[in-house]
Amino acid sequence: MPEIRVTPLGAGQDVGRSCILVSIAGKNVMLDCGMHMGFSDDRRFPDFSYITRSGRLTDFLDCVIISHFHLDHCGALPYFSEMVGYDGPIYMTQPTQAICPILLEDYRKIAVDKKVVEITKHIHDNRALRYVELLPLSGTVQEPQSTSNAFTPPLTHWLLSPCILIPSACETPGTSPLMLVDDELEIKAYYAGHVLGAAMFQIKVGSESVVYTGDYNMTPDRHLGAAWIDKCRPNLLITESTYATTIRDSKRCRERDFLKKVHETVERGGKVLIPVFALGRAQELCILLETFWERMDLKAPIYFSTGLTEKANHYYKLFIPWTNQKIRKTFVQRNMFEFKHVKAFDRAFADSPGPMVVFATPGMLHAGQSLQIFRKWAGNEKNMVIMPGYCVQGTVGHKILSGQRKLEMEGRQVLEVKMQVEYMSFSAHADAKGIMQLVGQAEPENVLLVHGEAKKMEFLKQKIEQEFRVSCYMPANGETVTLPTSPSIPVGISLGLLKRELAQGLLPDSKKPRLLHGTLIMKDSNFRLVSSEQALKELGLAEHQLRFTCRVHLHDTRKEQETAVRVYSHLKSVLKDHCVQHLPDGSVTVESILIQAAAHSEDPGTKVLLVSWTYQDEELGSYLTSLLKKGLPQAS
Amino acid sequence: MKLYCLSGHPTLPCNVLKFKSTTIMLDCGLDMTSTLNFLPLPLVQSPRLSNLPGWSLKDGNAFLDKELKECSGHVFVDSVPEFCLPETELIDLSTVDVILISNYHCMMALPYITEHTGFTGTVYATEPSVQIGRLLMEELVNFIERVPKAQSASLWKNKDIQRLLPSPLKDAVEVSTWRRCYTMQEVNSALSKIQLVGYSQKIELFGAVQVTPLSSGYALGSSNWIIQSHYEKVSYVSGSSLLTTHPQPMDQASLKNSDVLILTGLTQIPTANPDSMVGEFCSNLSLTVRNGGNVLVPCYPSGVIYDLLECLYQYIDSAGLSSIPFYFISPVANSSLEFSQIFAEWLCHNKQTKVYLPEPPFPHAELIQTNKLKHYPSIHGDFSNDFRQPCVVFTGHPSLRFGDVVHFMELWGKSSLNTVIFTEPDFTYLEALAPYQPLAMKCIYCPIDTRLNFIQVSKLLKEVQPLHVVCPEQYTQPPPAQSHRIDLMIDCQPPAMSYRRAEVLALPFKRRYEKIEIMPELADSLVPMEIKPGVSLATVSAVLHTKDNKHILQPPPRPAQPTGGKKRKRASDDIPDCKVLKPLLSGSIPVEQFVQTLEKHGFSDIKVEDTAKGHIVLLQEAETLIQIEEDSTHIICDNDEMLRVRLRDLVLKFLQKF
Repeated sequence: MPEIRVTPLGAGQDVGRSCILVSIAGKNVMLDCGMHMGFSDDRRFPDFSYITRSGRLTDFLDCVIISHFHLDHCGALPYFSEMVGYDGPIYMTQPTQAICPILLEDYRKIAVDKKVVEITKHIHDNRALRYVELLPLSGTVQEPQSTSNAFTPPLTHWLLSPCILIPSACETPGTSPLMLVDDELEIKAYYAGHVLGAAMFQIKVGSESVVYTGDYNMTPDRHLGAAWIDKCRPNLLITESTYATTIRDSKRCRERDFLKKVHETVERGGKVLIPVFALGRAQELCILLETFWERMDLKAPIYFSTGLTEKANHYYKLFIPWTNQKIRKTFVQRNMFEFKHVKAFDRAFADSPGPMVVFATPGMLHAGQSLQIFRKWAGNEKNMVIMPGYCVQGTVGHKILSGQRKLEMEGRQVLEVKMQVEYMSFSAHADAKGIMQLVGQAEPENVLLVHGEAKKMEFLKQKIEQEFRVSCYMPANGETVTLPTSPSIPVGISLGLLKRELAQGLLPDSKKPRLLHGTLIMKDSNFRLVSSEQALKELGLAEHQLRFTCRVHLHDTRKEQETAVRVYSHLKSVLKDHCVQHLPDGSVTVESILIQAAAHSEDPGTKVLLVSWTYQDEELGSYLTSLLKKGLPQAS
Repeated sequence: MKLYCLSGHPTLPCNVLKFKSTTIMLDCGLDMTSTLNFLPLPLVQSPRLSNLPGWSLKDGNAFLDKELKECSGHVFVDSVPEFCLPETELIDLSTVDVILISNYHCMMALPYITEHTGFTGTVYATEPSVQIGRLLMEELVNFIERVPKAQSASLWKNKDIQRLLPSPLKDAVEVSTWRRCYTMQEVNSALSKIQLVGYSQKIELFGAVQVTPLSSGYALGSSNWIIQSHYEKVSYVSGSSLLTTHPQPMDQASLKNSDVLILTGLTQIPTANPDSMVGEFCSNLSLTVRNGGNVLVPCYPSGVIYDLLECLYQYIDSAGLSSIPFYFISPVANSSLEFSQIFAEWLCHNKQTKVYLPEPPFPHAELIQTNKLKHYPSIHGDFSNDFRQPCVVFTGHPSLRFGDVVHFMELWGKSSLNTVIFTEPDFTYLEALAPYQPLAMKCIYCPIDTRLNFIQVSKLLKEVQPLHVVCPEQYTQPPPAQSHRIDLMIDCQPPAMSYRRAEVLALPFKRRYEKIEIMPELADSLVPMEIKPGVSLATVSAVLHTKDNKHILQPPPRPAQPTGGKKRKRASDDIPDCKVLKPLLSGSIPVEQFVQTLEKHGFSDIKVEDTAKGHIVLLQEAETLIQIEEDSTHIICDNDEMLRVRLRDLVLKFLQKF
């Protein structure tokens, strides 16, 4: 029995190190290859030994697909390709490919773990991620130039179709592009709206398909459009479930709230820290503050912490087709990513007096500049930290959000948090309503939840099972879900046979189910359905005719000719739907069945009816003999 | 399958393909060469143009002198310029299901088709094609609308009068169908019917046909199209290039195995090498400027201009031109330059890698930043303040009939220091210049047409091996001016089928198979038997379901259980449906084994007689006779149904069913 198998190596009942193995119709695909921000040991990366136990990664996997540039979705790529040794195709969108090395580099700078530093430094030095071959769609994977370093096979990045996403897909849903990985495996991308270049993917082999959402957002924001999918009815939908139990209020309310809090803090002379990742939310919030500052004519400075900003904004400018329609329409007149009020941050500014707003990386306060600033400002209750996104367990961000006010820092120092801590859900994930909406749009046969917390998943699982009457799964890491499928078999039907059948279907009695009869010729992997006559002809076989002739004895003293006339009128009256004919030679035909009347050699009072038919008319022939055996009605 | 040919212009095609149950329009090109018959529209009142003498017939009859003006021996229509539309009568255009656009030059007639023919379908195009196509249309509308002209000449179009006119007016085709330019409102409405597509995307049309755009290498977002069903494939090649300029390279491999390849949009100047033309362009430009003259480059606001600017970017400093201002004047100049930078995905490899740095893919960003290149919406406004000579001006329209270029022709035409350099290949430069004669300025003709030439085409055809090639008639013979150059035509086997405007071609195409899905339950019930090594057969009896052009075979319904005779049976209920087909039989019956089998089943007193063609088996007791021949068996018996059925089943055991 064919089946689809899914095994999360990461993100099973957890958020972080997304990595899901899917086996579909003999193809093995890895969805995302992320790292876990909350760990610095082995748990940082997905457990690739699950595959490597039994062989080489490259042999096992047909391809790897990366949904977007966040490190919990692509952060393990260097480790995966450089250390574990995968050199098969990796699919991602162009913005993902451009931005992911930047974030890796960003991470390298703040990583405390020495090993990570080494790996990512190596990547950086070799610019391995930049050795990207942009291949023509139908081209084969070319080996990029080999690096001088013998330690690694160079990364082979195979980009998804350069036009993998229809940028306008968010506003005008249509069919999205489709890529062929090989003759059988197809990938189709949908706009996900989570970050620049984020995509959802449909993986399809024949009539079996799986949709993986990556992270997605069902409501448009200030720079991206909303995710959408068509009614593609996959066998399985694998969806993130970060906000499995949350239903968020309207975006506008949240924005107003955010601006109000920032404004109040700045008015009373406090400092606002907003930990963000360099790309994504940062740009959205910058656009928000920029327009607010302009409208309110505020003077307090807004800083962006890393040197990345300018670069990041450059990316946004070059990838305008991936943003929302409004930005795309107006970019010629005014580029939304050129900010007047947002300036570059310098370390020294953190100690300057007076109000300010600072965007600092990273977003979960687990290291780097945002953590440094946080430590400086935490003691003053006038200040405020606004966490605009989800924080992974184990990070400082997660701790303060769960109410902890005394933090143990390295060196047994205890940091008392007096500043106000606010959480504003700006992370661009779908909430429970959005997830249900997407399931409703795609109409999958099964749903599988990843990228969420087990307890919340449980709730959503029940809700999905109740509302959509489909099975819902939530495997833990390393646990395999197996779904039996029953794919149909495509064959070629000869046009002659099909047209004959379709023409018959137009007849008045077409309501009765009609049987199509033909012969399936299977030669190698070529399956063709043809009419039986054609099959015989093609194979050089002659038809064998099987004919029956039955003698039916009738008591009738009249002449043979008159008997024939009586038979004719009898059959004519009984068989209204059939073609009954009386031929000049005295014989009677019903369709192709021939009936002749003859005198009995011995008994003149008996006539013999010879009923003759071929095997093809078996039912009718048999029926006629039994009908005639009952005798003819008396002539009136 | 039929092809309706609506345009006679080989590089601005418009064909309609009827394939299976779909009607697909391939491109929507607008033939603008008709505007060459009109007087230019000057931005600034031109005494020269307004004082041209009216034209009169040989006999001195001057009733046309309001409509027709004479300039240096040529006659021009003094009217709002008009365009030659694709045929609208050959086929009912409201039946067109979809329009496929191959590049932004080939969609200029779109508003005429989508807004005025009852068209209700969808248009498919790539995002760059739509955005740049919009810019081209916007520029065109702007050029024409900003110079309102009261007069619209129609008298000369009268067939009897047209006959009396001098060439080329006399020979102009279909003048009665020529139309004025559309409005911006019509453009917007037409463009709103477009659905964006990406290369390699498979678009299903009614479940019957799949269409796929492929990179064609000619312009930003330019595509060739594959139109296919499961068993047939038509390739539509339009405006393709193998040269490495800025767009993504052409996808040739996907064109393989086509039943029919429709070939349009080859180079219009097969004798000119684009590379040497660019060289000539640069050297003439610097020569003129060094001598203190101005250079005018009539051009479209997108396309080759990006390559020219890139060339100049590398050339300016080495040629000592850094102090010379370059002006790009078009209502869409800014948009065009900005848009070119955001379509990284559609660019060639070198340009794509720039966005990873991140840097703008085209160097004209730097030219703008360093003030070497300035762009203006028109000659009015800021431009008049900044204008310094000598200078280089890129502006439209290449026909020289409207746009800012008309002003520069009038301004610079009188001085031999100045040069006009023609780079766009769409208009013959002598005809374009005709209304400006006599002219003192130098004219350099270096047309840059990167589309396929005949050598590349024949190589391409050898590689992709289509069964049949269909192309405009112009490609099946050498160009009229170079009739000895038999190398300047398509050479393929079998010879290409050619079409001309308003022709309908029946494409040589026999459909034999269609895809059908066998449901898994039915597939499980099939019993394959091997007939020859590697060939197996299975007889299939199934119910056919057809929906949205998709065919599915499902297992036959189980025979309904007779329901205890609640209803009185009518006689007709018993009559078998003669449409239930029995399988065909094949094979032959070995007599000896057959007799043994009969004996095994309790028949006795069996007699076998030989006949000329076979045998007769007599079952004397049952008064039954069985004739057995190579290809037939005949059972003749009394009316004993039980016996007959027993014999039938024994015979069938020896035969194969189909």
